[in-house]
Amino acid sequence: MDATQTKDMYTEEFLINMGPQHPSTHGVLSLELKLDGETIRGCTPHIGYLHRSMEKIAENRTFTQFIPFTDRLDYVASMNNNLGYVMAVEKLLNLEISERAKYIRVIIAELNRIASHLIATGTFAQDLGAFATPLFYCFREREKIVEIFDQICGNRLTYNYMRIGGVMADLSGEIIEKIKEFIEYMRPKIDDYDELITYNVIFLARSKHIGVLSKEMAINYSVTGPNLRGSGVKWDLRKDEPYLVYDKLEFDVPVGENGDAWDRYKVRIEEMRQSLRIIEQAIESLPQGDVTVKVGRVHKPSVSETYFRTENPRGELGFYIVGDGSVYPYRLKIRSPSFSNLAVLPELVKDIKVADIVCVLGSFDVLMGEIDR
Amino acid sequence: MKKMRPDEISAIIKSKFPQVTEEAGTNYIIVPKESILEVSQYIKNPPLALDNLHCITGIDRKEKIEVVYTLYSIGEHHGVTLKVNLTLEDLNVASVSAIWKSANWLEREVYDLFGVIFSGHPDLRRILNPYDWQGYPLRKNYSNPDFIAKPRM
Amino acid sequence: MLSILTIIWALIVGIIVLGFIAASAMFLIWWERKVSAHIQSRYGPMRVGWHGVLQSVADAVKLLLKENIIPAEADKLVWWLAPFIAVVPPVMAFVVLPFGKNLIVKDLNVGVLYLMALSSVSVIGIFMAGWGSNNKYSLIGGMRSAAQIISYELPLILSMIIVAMQAGSLSMQKIVLAQAGCWNIFHPNLAIAFFVYLTSATAEINRVPFDIPEAESELVAGFHTEYSGMKFAMFFIGEYTNLFIISAIAATLFFGGWQGPVLPGVVWFLIKSYGIVFVLMWVRWTFPRLRVDQLMGFAWKVLTPISFFNLALTGWLLIK
Repeated sequence: MDATQTKDMYTEEFLINMGPQHPSTHGVLSLELKLDGETIRGCTPHIGYLHRSMEKIAENRTFTQFIPFTDRLDYVASMNNNLGYVMAVEKLLNLEISERAKYIRVIIAELNRIASHLIATGTFAQDLGAFATPLFYCFREREKIVEIFDQICGNRLTYNYMRIGGVMADLSGEIIEKIKEFIEYMRPKIDDYDELITYNVIFLARSKHIGVLSKEMAINYSVTGPNLRGSGVKWDLRKDEPYLVYDKLEFDVPVGENGDAWDRYKVRIEEMRQSLRIIEQAIESLPQGDVTVKVGRVHKPSVSETYFRTENPRGELGFYIVGDGSVYPYRLKIRSPSFSNLAVLPELVKDIKVADIVCVLGSFDVLMGEIDR
Repeated sequence: MKKMRPDEISAIIKSKFPQVTEEAGTNYIIVPKESILEVSQYIKNPPLALDNLHCITGIDRKEKIEVVYTLYSIGEHHGVTLKVNLTLEDLNVASVSAIWKSANWLEREVYDLFGVIFSGHPDLRRILNPYDWQGYPLRKNYSNPDFIAKPRM
Repeated sequence: MLSILTIIWALIVGIIVLGFIAASAMFLIWWERKVSAHIQSRYGPMRVGWHGVLQSVADAVKLLLKENIIPAEADKLVWWLAPFIAVVPPVMAFVVLPFGKNLIVKDLNVGVLYLMALSSVSVIGIFMAGWGSNNKYSLIGGMRSAAQIISYELPLILSMIIVAMQAGSLSMQKIVLAQAGCWNIFHPNLAIAFFVYLTSATAEINRVPFDIPEAESELVAGFHTEYSGMKFAMFFIGEYTNLFIISAIAATLFFGGWQGPVLPGVVWFLIKSYGIVFVLMWVRWTFPRLRVDQLMGFAWKVLTPISFFNLALTGWLLIK
């Protein structure tokens, strides 16, 4: 209460609940906002609306039976989740896979990265008010990728494609031709997005200097993925702790400067370009061979535990698996990138306007499926 | 790109804190629960510079509950795993959320699923389950009328 | 002293104007959906009638059949009255639109002033809708809208005054006739006034990039969250009627109104008005929206100084 307020007429902060059903919260997320006019004074996220207790279910499924569950974690980038899980199990079992399988995995994972970033871009532009036009363009591109995946494994969203020891099915010559055509089709489209959205005056005014995440805060909160790179930290698991055949492929790691929403968005656009480069190189060097190693469907690791992390489109996905000699995992912990990314949100929304919280949340590209598991 | 091997890192930690031990056959460092705060403070600073607490896992080993801290260093490209063993009667350990902010939500999750109390945590309440849930679901002896385990092979 | 003939004539004119408004609103709704669809590389409504022409009719019938939900704690009178207050001023503005040489309901000699006055009244309807719904989101939407419309009144009025100064009259027909030699848009100071006018008018009718009051991704639906059925339809029709009116005013003030070779005046007037409507639709489906403080900043720090400068410049050019 200051001098402008009297006993009968005073202002107070009001609590507003954004969610769990809201057009912009990217899933069932509830944000409790304390507002003072249009300015936010405090924010408390409530999660757990999509908790399906996957980790408990994992204790009752064999390693192969759990692969379809990992699809449903980050349902927009299912191939990458599958990849993270089977690589963690292969590390536990000390299993080597064939070269062809490694290249195929890289191609598929990068295609899915593009598909995921397309959704992030389209929904981010939509949240800022560019009502539906960028979203439709992004979904038109994503449709092409999803059709390719449909031909490979029969599914459009939750693929269940990776297996322990390789992949489910081979890529035929026809599919590889289609992927090459897609690369040629996609390159000019990314330039289109730059023209339409990235350098638009209104878009810049809405997203520059909003939600600035400093380097130290990002590392301390264990923020990973394009969010970390947007803050200026050049860290990408594909370069710094290479797995599969990423060390043989040439690509750049885009880094932002200021750590604001625009930088994170720009990093994603650049990553799409780099993914196209990776896919091109991987297709050229694709060796012949089997796509799976001959292991059974049921695996019995020794009493040991391991932790393995991969670079998902949203950050670093980690699996901590404890084996106890039986066919079931004793404990399977899923470290999801969006969980740690979302934790930093209350720090970034102090004293910004309501319209900006939508911008910050959109630029973080979180997905509730993997936060709640 | 300086990268210390896991045995080098554990040698450094053991030399500074004689009370920690190493798990047999691995490089996981077992820290007694009283020393977790000072060990954490030490390893966060250079030369180890482990500034990224990546994951906190709870494991129910029936007679004890293990809390596993997976840490990495962005500058030095190496990592280490710490373990704290807690007996079922005394499920209390100091919270490291003042040292690594990522521990805030990660410890809430371990509390929610296992019932481990992190003393000094600014806001210890459930995170994935509803706030008024009874019981700790990921414990091996968790029973609930709705939870029916699949018959094991 | 009104004779029977005058009353009957007034009724006939009223019915024609209302008929035109209804048809125009329906056409604009269909056209917006088609334009937006083609910009987004899809088709839009295709089933109901040839290329979906009767879609608006189908939607109107649906809205008529909807249940009328009144929020329990709403301020009933205020809530019920709001759509009417939002819709009536646009309809009243049709009185001074010159459709052709002799096709104007009443050529008031203060036509421009009358239009300026009406544009300030609709905001009360929006504000009443926000308050009467007893909903935090609607309240925020209503307040934002009031702030926005009041801020953009000033540049809007100043641009219209500049045109009136140039023509030497406030009457709409006289402004059109004053452009017989050369349309206003070709004078540089009036071209600036045109852009200021178009920007302010977009803000007045709550369209992207100034559609904060109904910002769907932030406030669900802003001030009309709690309206369903025919009441929602009234807001909707009001918005599209407003869209047509500001385009028609722009065509009259800056593009020579109904003047043009060969074709009759009415046709030229409609071509010009709908052309400007198309440009506004194109802008809507391309740009993101501005934040509320950026919007206010733009009005007060950019448009208003430009308008004042332009006013002084026009005055100087006229007395020179």
